[in-house]
Amino acid sequence: MDIAFLSSTMVTLLKALPVTLALFALSVTIGCVLALVIVWMRVGGNRYLAAFAKGYIFVFRGSPLLIQMFLVFYGLAQFDFIRNGPLWPLLREPFVCAVLSLALCTGGYSAEIFRGGIRSVPPREIEAARAIGMSGFLLVRRIIAPIALRYALPAYSTEVVLMMKSTSLASLVTVWEVTGVAQRLISHTYRTMEVFLCAAVIYLVLNFIVLQAMALLEHVLSRHLRAAPPAAKV
Amino acid sequence: MPEVPRLSVRDIRKSFGSHEVLRGISLEARDGDVISLLGASGSGKSTFLRCINLLEVADGGEVWVDGEQIRMVQKGGRNRPASQKQVDHIRAELGMVFQSFNLWSHMTILQNVVEGPVHVLKRPRAECVEEAHALLRKVGIGDKADAYPAHLSGGQQQRAAIARALAMKPKVMLFDEPTSALDPELVGEVLRVMRALAEEGTTMLVVTHEMGFARNVSNRVAFMREGLVDSMGPPQEMFGAGASPAFRQFIGHFQA
Repeated sequence: MDIAFLSSTMVTLLKALPVTLALFALSVTIGCVLALVIVWMRVGGNRYLAAFAKGYIFVFRGSPLLIQMFLVFYGLAQFDFIRNGPLWPLLREPFVCAVLSLALCTGGYSAEIFRGGIRSVPPREIEAARAIGMSGFLLVRRIIAPIALRYALPAYSTEVVLMMKSTSLASLVTVWEVTGVAQRLISHTYRTMEVFLCAAVIYLVLNFIVLQAMALLEHVLSRHLRAAPPAAKV
Repeated sequence: MPEVPRLSVRDIRKSFGSHEVLRGISLEARDGDVISLLGASGSGKSTFLRCINLLEVADGGEVWVDGEQIRMVQKGGRNRPASQKQVDHIRAELGMVFQSFNLWSHMTILQNVVEGPVHVLKRPRAECVEEAHALLRKVGIGDKADAYPAHLSGGQQQRAAIARALAMKPKVMLFDEPTSALDPELVGEVLRVMRALAEEGTTMLVVTHEMGFARNVSNRVAFMREGLVDSMGPPQEMFGAGASPAFRQFIGHFQA
């Protein structure tokens, strides 16, 4: 085993880590906000908004993320009003295109996950909140959202892990994140196995951290499900 | 000037599809009244209670709480509350206790009790916490403030739910079969709390199957049958010689 090569590969790949992390953090954050908007449309009670949300979810769940990314990256430039529009300096950037398509996609998936969480909220607990005079946003903020979050968290952590891995697709629209740099390294060295192994280790470590964080969050939020603490001292 | 009733309900009607559950129910509760609503299952007792705080929207009739009428409008051929804001405000004045407690499972008992005063009534938290502890002591679970609902027995959960409702300082307490979901040995602890409330002068409307409570604690008993109030009166009358034949037959089932 060529330790020297492996470690120099690792160093090269780690230099691309900030790009991968930026892709991940931005797309998950934007995607989460987007998902909240979409799920609000989906369950808010307005027929047309619900239909739009359904269509959105269908399109972004039903088509490959890679194709979505290509469409954003190569497709947007086809439209004059975008190329001449105020956002073009941003939208011409591969990094921005990658974040945009990742966020749009996870927005659709997460919206469905959140909807599942909302549907799991026991109607009785909502009724109790109505009975003391809660409605509208207060009801959502104090009762529905905190309970729905607890139900949605396990599925959502899977989605977040998938997003970490999906950032590797950005290499195909010329973003030099970890996978892209790995491929470039391979084209110079022809040492596929070692380079990709190093890249895989990086993703594994990242996802290990993400999963630990999500598990911790779940633990904190599920105190009410665990056995009662020992009786308080009198 | 005559005293304004705490709760006045006039000619409430409600159908589910073609099934007419409430066929015009009227009831008045003055300050300190404890009214037991009795009736066979399906007679509309719970639906009636839920129509008062609009968890079900009646098809017709009036609800007045402390002299304030809940405004209704006809919209799309259906009876609806005119203002959600007013509904919220009225609901905050009516304490509701459910058959299955309906505590918020992700909150501690203390959090359950302070939730309404802090977030609905917008009162200072410290004050509410202090009152909540006092209420929990009053219902006999002062040591459970930091426990979660799942850690409590049914009877303790129901007492916590009563404390939660009381924390809103409601004008009327509505009890929807508060002991029906409890194991028999836990019924007593909840009934004792309710009796204590009644003795303090709390205005209460209680849907129940507890004949002992109806007879010994309430000052009026209403017997519902087929969506109507069949008969109503003080318990000594209702359980005595003045009982209607239908009510006599109904209580016969309990004595058997």
